[in-house]
Amino acid sequence: MTHPDDTPAEIVVKRFLYVNRKAPHGTIYALEELEMVLIAAMFEQDVHLAFLDDGVFQIKKNQKPAELALKDFSKTYGALEDYGVEKIYVEKESIEERGLTPDDFIIPTTVLRRDDMSALMESMDVVLTA
Amino acid sequence: MYELNGKTINHDEEGYIVNLDDWSEELADKIAKDEELDMTEEHWEVVKFLRDYYQEYQIAPAVRVLTKAVGKRLGQDKGSNKYLYELFPYGPAKQACKIAGLPKPTGCV
Repeated sequence: MTHPDDTPAEIVVKRFLYVNRKAPHGTIYALEELEMVLIAAMFEQDVHLAFLDDGVFQIKKNQKPAELALKDFSKTYGALEDYGVEKIYVEKESIEERGLTPDDFIIPTTVLRRDDMSALMESMDVVLTA
Repeated sequence: MYELNGKTINHDEEGYIVNLDDWSEELADKIAKDEELDMTEEHWEVVKFLRDYYQEYQIAPAVRVLTKAVGKRLGQDKGSNKYLYELFPYGPAKQACKIAGLPKPTGCV
């Protein structure tokens, strides 16, 4: 078993974008994607997160999944800063369609218009969508 | 299984307890003894820090994150690998999380 701390000197840093498009609960996608993000961050990759469509609900404040007997992993987004993940984007159209503003989110986000979001995706080495 | 005051507490194959609500300071002492650690005030400070961190973020931080977070919140002198590895020689995140009754840290592959 090796730990990321033991990584050799030349490590390849890629630009990763994790795109979240699904509502937080009901499927495992949001939680699994979050775990991938934390692991990529441990390997010192250049990690970016984007929230689109119903994915914007993943970072909404005041979730109460305990009432559905689910773990409230929305709290974990608050630890992203400790993991060095601070490039977090939400799509303007998606939040407007759902009546949300950046104040509704647990973490600081950058709001991008759809065009700018596709430009961001273009600039990545790896894009993973869930 | 750990046995404590006539009660049995399930753990996984690596010794992390299965039901996080089973944790108590007595259990922490027992797990530490199994790991041949004498719990000092400094050990407790890290264990309690981890429990608070889990409470707040629902996550057991990986070692590098723990080091940084400890430095930020408990003081720079404590936020070093040296300090934390001296307390928990088998890995500050892995070993301290086990004693704190938390799951194995995310990011430990």
